[in-house]
This record gives sequence, C-alpha cells and structure tokens, in this order.
Amino acid sequence: MTTTASSVSAWERIKTALTSGPSGYGFMVLYAAVCSWLLLTNPRTNLNTDIVFVLFLLLVLLVYRSQLVLGFKLALVAVMLALVLPIFGTLNPFYIDVATQAGIFIALALGLNVVVGFAGLLDLGYVAFFAVGAYLWGILSTPQITLINPAWSPVPPIMFYPFILIGLAVGAFFGVLLGLPVLRLRGDYLAIVTLGLGEVIRVLANNLDRPINITNGSQGIRDIERPPLIFAGFVRDTLGWQLSDQQLYQQFFYFAILLIVLLVVVVVGRLKGSRIGRAWEAIREDETAAIAQGIPLVRMKLLAFAVGASFAGAMGVVFASKQLFINPPTFDLLRSINILSMVILGGMGSIPGVIFGAVLVTLLDLQILPRIANVLRDAQRAGLPIPAAFDPTQYQRLLFGLLLILMMIFRPQGIMPDERRKEELQEHDSIPDAIEHAKIPDTESEVGLK
Amino acid sequence: MHLLDAQNITKTFGGLTAVNDVTLTIEKGRIVSVIGPNGAGKTTFFNILTGIYKPDKGTILFDGKPIAGLRSDVIAALGMRRTFQNIRLFNNMTVLENVLVGMHTHLHAPFWQILVRSPGVRREEAKARERARERLAYVGLDAKRDELAKNLPYGDQRRLEIARALAGEPKLILLDEPTAGMNPQETDAATELIRRLRDELGLTVVLIEHDMRLVMAISERISVLDYGTKIAEGDAATIRSNPRVIEAYLGKGAAGAAA
Repeated sequence: MTTTASSVSAWERIKTALTSGPSGYGFMVLYAAVCSWLLLTNPRTNLNTDIVFVLFLLLVLLVYRSQLVLGFKLALVAVMLALVLPIFGTLNPFYIDVATQAGIFIALALGLNVVVGFAGLLDLGYVAFFAVGAYLWGILSTPQITLINPAWSPVPPIMFYPFILIGLAVGAFFGVLLGLPVLRLRGDYLAIVTLGLGEVIRVLANNLDRPINITNGSQGIRDIERPPLIFAGFVRDTLGWQLSDQQLYQQFFYFAILLIVLLVVVVVGRLKGSRIGRAWEAIREDETAAIAQGIPLVRMKLLAFAVGASFAGAMGVVFASKQLFINPPTFDLLRSINILSMVILGGMGSIPGVIFGAVLVTLLDLQILPRIANVLRDAQRAGLPIPAAFDPTQYQRLLFGLLLILMMIFRPQGIMPDERRKEELQEHDSIPDAIEHAKIPDTESEVGLK
Repeated sequence: MHLLDAQNITKTFGGLTAVNDVTLTIEKGRIVSVIGPNGAGKTTFFNILTGIYKPDKGTILFDGKPIAGLRSDVIAALGMRRTFQNIRLFNNMTVLENVLVGMHTHLHAPFWQILVRSPGVRREEAKARERARERLAYVGLDAKRDELAKNLPYGDQRRLEIARALAGEPKLILLDEPTAGMNPQETDAATELIRRLRDELGLTVVLIEHDMRLVMAISERISVLDYGTKIAEGDAATIRSNPRVIEAYLGKGAAGAAA
C-alpha cells in the first residue's frame, strides 16, 4: 500500500515539476530545443525523424495541457509551428506535407464536430461539402469551365483568395440544402440518409461528364490553378531564402492552412460558448425539452449543418489548389468515416480533443502505420518468423481498425473528452463546491497523460 | 382577464379520443390543477397547450393571442413554459447551463457578433449568467451550479426543471407531476416552492398532480379529466364531494358508498 502511494505521489511530483513553475518552463524550452535541433540537423525521412517529429507535435499538446503562463504557451507553440516546422519543411518536404494534411483534417474534423459533437446530428456524408468546395475551384480555375460553355473562361489564379470565402458560402449553402431533407430524422435514420446524400454528390461528380462535361467524370480534374506566389520576391530578395517554387508553395499552403485552422478554432470556440452552442447542445441532449425552451429546432439544426459544411467548402478550395488534381474517389465514404473517426477518437464535442484526433489519425495514416508496416516487412525479410503470405503493408488498415476497437472499449468518450466549463469564480460559497474545484487539476493532468 | 382560454379542445389518435371537447380557462395569478386517473388525457392536454400536438378541434387563446397550431418554440417564446412528467433535463450540461438554455428566447446576440465576441455579446452573456444564478438561488441550487444535471439527486432535478422554466420569464408555467416520486418532505418543499412562484413571482401555475394532499392544499381551482372528458371543475371542497370524481377514481360502488 505505502509503496504504491509513494510511487504515485512521486509520479505526481514529477508531473507537476515538468508542467508548472520554473522547472516547467525549463523543461518545455529544453524539450522544444532538443526536438528542433534534431529535426533541423537530421532532416532525412527515416524512423528516427518520424519519432522526433511525433515527439515534436506531442510537445504542442504538453504545452497546451501545462499550467504555464498563457503568453509563454502561445509564444512557444508559435515558434514551433510558425518557425521551426516551416524551416524543417524546406529541408524535408515530406513532414511539412504531413503537417499540412493534418491541418486540412483539423478544419474538417472541427466542422464535422459542430454537426456531430455539438448538435448531435450523426452525419456520414460530410465529405460531400469538401468535394463541393474542391470541385468549385477545380472547375472554375481550369479549362474545364470552357467544356461547360465555350464562352466562359477560367477565373484568374489570384481569385483563389476570394474563392476561399466563396467556398465557405457555397459549403454553407449545400449544408442547408442537404440538411433540409433530414431535419425530421434522428440517429440511425439521419446517419443513413446523410450517407446516401454524401454518395449522391460523389456519384454526381463521377457521372456529370455527360451530356455536358461539368466534372470530367472519373478522369478527375487536372492542373488545378494555384494562386500566384505574390510573396516570392519578399522571401527570395528580402529574406534571402533561395527556395524553389515548389518549396514556396509548400510553405504557402502550410501557412494558409495554419491560418484557416486558427480562425476555425476561434469560431467554433466562440460558438460553443454562446447561446447558439448551448442551443445545439440542448438539441443533442433532448430535442423535446429544447423546443420547450423556445429553441427553434429547424433554424438551429440548419445553422449547425451550414457552419459545419462551410469549413469543408472553404477547405475544399484550398485542398484542390494544393493537390492540383481531384477525382471522385478522393471524396468517398471512407473519407467521411475517417473524419468521423477523428472526432470520435479525440472526443466528441471537445475542440482540443478533435484537433488531437485529427492530428493523430493523419499521423497514423500517413506516417506511423506505414512505418510500422515497413519495420515489420524489414523484420520479415531479415528472417523473423512472419508467414510470407502476410504482407504487413497490406494490413495497415487492420491496425487502425484494431486501434479504434480498443479505444471504444477502453475509452469510449475519446482521448480528450469535453470538460464541462466550470464557472470561473473566485469565491467558493460551499465546501462541496470548493472540493469540486480543487479536484480539477487532477483530472486534467490524468487526461493529459493518456 | 383570462390568461389562458382553451375552448372545446379535441384530439384523437387513430380511433382513440385522448382529449374530448375540453374547455379550460385560467385567470391570471391562479394556481390551477388538472387531475384525473392514469390515461385520462392530462399530459396530452398539456402537450396540446404547449404545441407538441396540434388539436383536431378547438381554439386556444394565450394572453389574448390564438396559439393553437403554433410551433412549440413559438409558444414557449410567448411566455408559456413547462416541466415534464419524466424529467427532461439536458443531462450532460451543467446545472447553470441548463438554466441558460432556458433563457434562450431572451438572448439576442447576432451570429456575427458572437464570432467577433463583441462587447455587447459579452455583456449579454455576463448578465445572463448572473440572472441564471439568481434563478438557481431562488430554487436553492446555486451551490450546485457546476454539477452535471444528471448527477443531481431526484428532488433537485425537479427543482432544476422549474428553475429552467423560470429562466424563460414565463407568464404561465405548466408543471406535469412536479412531485412524482418524491418523499413527503420533498413534496412539502415542492409545494412551498410552487406557492412562492405565484405569491412572489406573480406566476400563473397549472399543475398535473396525483398527490391529492398537495392538490387540495394549493389549488384554487381543480379540473378533473376522465377518459379525455372534463367531468368536474371547481374548488377543492366541490371536487372532493363530487360523485363523478369519486366514481372515476374509485369505481361505481364507491361513489354510492361515499354519498
């Protein structure tokens, strides 16, 4: 008994030392410095860099969960994400691409979280809005538009910037459009119908090459325009960085997506803490009781669909431009489910949780699972007794599935579930209340360690 | 002046007439009870008043406005609030948030201002929180404001439902079996609270209740439903001695024996 008690308290002490006070600042800075140094001095793509890269991203989480001053946290995260990571990206394009993809999925998962997590409307066709945004820019920025009407010409690439906003609006419009028929449905029925509507969009993209070629069908759309590099002169001449166009585009999309993600986080955070967020939550908890409080169900549900879809629409525009090529399979059901798994793994309704889930699933998809498969395959070749019929690279999704199953058994609420906001009040006017408040740091750090 | 004037309300489900030609008028500032055996149509009648069901026949005037057929949320916004027979709280929200949801119709911060968190929005939110805490204090739950609604003891959940309804600044509050499942002490506390709603806040209260001790103690007027039909109306003494009421509750023989 005593040994466990003291070992627990020792662990607690270490945890406190590393996440608060002067030792906390020292630890975080040292951690960041070591990771950054390792990344910048050894930028080759290999297992070691993978591990350091994951540790580097993990630090963002640790800083977020720590008890340090907000200004310090923001500064450290800003240096890591807006300085170290982009510089590392110029040395190794793979990892910054992973980070960029993660950013895209953070925005998508946060959008889906508005619908599923906040309002409790299970939407399995969410990727449709992403497709709408992507095809919007894909069709209008390329000669594809001349196939619809020879008199029309593609919009100039500089229009990319306003088109992010147009994508937002078009996404919201489609959110309302697809939301309307499902307003009366709940739970399983809603899920099935949204799944169907999502597939409808994909099938339309796949087949609208006849009679008029709008989407170019299964061929997809190639050579989608990227915005002109208006800052190229600044980077090359003023900063003296001789980066190729390719590298500049990588930097551009990384920063553009970082910025959009920041905006999305702010927007969903503010909505969540407002009368609108509470109305959504009330609808999720009990529709009948919500209406009885005077909450207009239809308007609030449509607003949730619109807000969620708008992020996907805007990200679709950026995604199409970044990828240069889109085709219908990019937007299949599996993609919707993948985004949903980010929301569920991270913790439905929890903004930090969903961000974490999106990064985790993206890393698993692009980096960790392929790497594990490679390691297994190498071991197999080196003579480890794995049957030859078992090709580890074919079993990545199996590992992902196993992980999901284990998560749902052992932590169904997600990795970082939504914590109820406690009224931040100075006075504790009752003893149970004071105890309740005193407990918070404990549970927080517990969650942080998982 | 009648705050609520429901005339000749009829509602059928398939072949079953759940509410049959019921007329109920309620004056401002009264405590009125609707009683009747299980399945008499009391809750259905509440659901019609609050817009969950549309009546097949009949008119409802609330504060002079016709409301039959309006959506529930519109009726709630007009100042009619209710609690539910089987408590319907927002379980995974805190006690305070439950009350804040009840204030929804009084919060008007526009979408764009919420996104930029304008000073107006912050002011409104701060005010709402203060008001919500007042409401919680009124029912004696302020100390538990940060707990999840589902973690409250049963009696507190009932009181929270009332606090949430109060948050809407209603003119009329409909309480559907507010003391169901309560022990005698809790029932006494609830009775006291209902009385205060009227005496201190000037609310008009309509109760559905099975606890006859409570009904007789606080109702100024009682309407009795049986098989969807109003069979009696009057003050406590009248109802207690009405043979049709006794028959409805105890059966045919009992009415003769009592008389």
